[in-house]
Amino acid sequence: MNILVCLKQVPGTTEVKIDPVKNTLIRQGIKNVTNPFDTYALEEGVRLRERFGGKVTAISMGPPQAIDMLREAITVGADDAILLSDVAFAGADTLATSNTLAKAVQKLGNIDLVICGRQTIDGDTGQVGPEMAEVLGLPFISYVSKVEDAAGGKLRVQRLVEDGYETVEAPLPAVITVVKEINVPRVPSLRGTMKAKSAQIPTWKAQDIGIAAEAAGLAGSATQVVKVFFPQRIKRAEMIQGDPTAQAEALIGKLREAKVI
Amino acid sequence: MSIRVDSDKCTGCGSCQPACPFGLIDIIDGKAVIKVEGCNLCEACKEACAFDAIQIEKTVQTPAGDEHRGVWVFAEQRNGELKGVGLELLAKGRELADTLKTELCAVCLGDDVHQVEQLTAHGADKVYLVNDPAFGGQFEDPYVAELTRLITEHKPEIVLAGATPFGRSFFPRVAARLKTGLTADCTGLDIDTEKRLLLQTRPTFGGNIMATIICPGKRPQMSTVRPRVFRRGNPDAGRQGQILKIDFKKESVTSRTRLLSFVADLTEKVKLEDADIIVSGGRGLGKPENFALVRELAVALGGAVGSSRPPVDEGWIPYSHQVGQTGKTVCPKLYFAIGISGAVQHLAGMQTADCIIAINDDPDAPIFQVATYGIVGDLFKVVPQLIEKLKR
Repeated sequence: MNILVCLKQVPGTTEVKIDPVKNTLIRQGIKNVTNPFDTYALEEGVRLRERFGGKVTAISMGPPQAIDMLREAITVGADDAILLSDVAFAGADTLATSNTLAKAVQKLGNIDLVICGRQTIDGDTGQVGPEMAEVLGLPFISYVSKVEDAAGGKLRVQRLVEDGYETVEAPLPAVITVVKEINVPRVPSLRGTMKAKSAQIPTWKAQDIGIAAEAAGLAGSATQVVKVFFPQRIKRAEMIQGDPTAQAEALIGKLREAKVI
Repeated sequence: MSIRVDSDKCTGCGSCQPACPFGLIDIIDGKAVIKVEGCNLCEACKEACAFDAIQIEKTVQTPAGDEHRGVWVFAEQRNGELKGVGLELLAKGRELADTLKTELCAVCLGDDVHQVEQLTAHGADKVYLVNDPAFGGQFEDPYVAELTRLITEHKPEIVLAGATPFGRSFFPRVAARLKTGLTADCTGLDIDTEKRLLLQTRPTFGGNIMATIICPGKRPQMSTVRPRVFRRGNPDAGRQGQILKIDFKKESVTSRTRLLSFVADLTEKVKLEDADIIVSGGRGLGKPENFALVRELAVALGGAVGSSRPPVDEGWIPYSHQVGQTGKTVCPKLYFAIGISGAVQHLAGMQTADCIIAINDDPDAPIFQVATYGIVGDLFKVVPQLIEKLKR
């Protein structure tokens, strides 16, 4: 089974802090990490290869430094990796990103399963998985929490829905997005680390995947950002003083007064 | 599409540097250098530059044809019950439709949906109602096919849906089929009347940056909005509206995905996303047993139990209770943060709550920056007092 796992490099948010005076992001010293939800996608890809055989390819669209993340993917079990990086890809919205990834899937050919994380933690949209599935015209299953079977050209999974879970079946090839509950990602192996060091990770540009410049990046985006601003955090808590009894009493009084309780 | 710095004009003054919300500008050898990757041409740097040194070229997208008219709201239902978010979107949709001087329609796909007239009472001029067993569950394929078909046939200019787990999964597929833009999790929707464009404002970067987004060249303009971001209006039962029953043509759906079974999860009684009151505990609780205190306060208030990330990572409470960037986004009327310091990731999931109470022993904890009322003190003394007084 040929598995493609989509990864995105994002700023490690545990390190994102806000400058309290200027109310801006402090970006200094922020390390880039693999989008946490994508690590579950990668782990599931590797587990499926272990169960059903085949190959796991990690792919990412991003700046040149995203190659470090792809190298890390090899340390935890990806067989190979591809970086999609081109100035023409910059500024892509989810539609342009989906179109670009879909082109890469088509170039690779012979992909049985595409796995994505449920969303990224920077853009937070969760749209690229479902949109890519539609661009490719493939069956799509979101919020997958367990892959029951993937043998014989068919996929049977459990997916989380709001009030329970569904068991769903689809023919392969298909696109799925996975949730955190699906697995616990492994730590890098020594063998993987050795392999990652010498791995050749190709960088594909727009012309390599045959996408027109006007279909990718900002030019290929249906949406445009017209304004960016920092939310005002003007709210400052009204502090309630006194000993615990007095504090509790005062708080309940205020909540009742405001008819919140 | 390009951004460049005119090195003849750039003085290296650095005033553009802090203006960039994404921190993409460096001053190298006395000139501004902009990293193109990550730049979305928001023009903040250009505005900050006093020397007109930053040149931005944008391809002007051909405005979409103007045969698209009308504002649509996807009225999600589960087991025949309409979800609140649809009614909230109708209130906002009404404003948008009035500004645009056009009609507001609700689209409801379901199997024997109750109280459909609520949709007209909440502002819809028309309701497209498709009743079919295919919409009994949350199996996506028929929804994607039917909504795409209806949009293609009736050509609305705006289509809104709730950013529920279901909406976030099936709505992007509709947008991709229509080859149009979709903006997720909008917290503000407005109209640029001159250009007849929907201005979609959404938080990004964990709620630290707000971006206003347009979809100039494609129709419809599509957005999702999280539950409780907008307020529902008062229903007017006497409001006139048409309910149009539409036959579902099952054969028009080619579904390769098959639903084999559904198992209901009955463990979580109160859904965090729907709760009016949430009491959340954090690392400050110290150990798993102490979550009992949080639960007890939640019971006393009739609310649901939430958590920040550390207790979940420690295994004190299941992930389904996690509030924050990698957990659930909530917007209750009342939110208690107990022993939660208020990391940016947690704030991203709860800062829009109407009233936030923070109880923490650290007076400098960032949670106090978003709280309505703050109590600096020992939670093990304050919370039992609260419970006792509420019980009385």
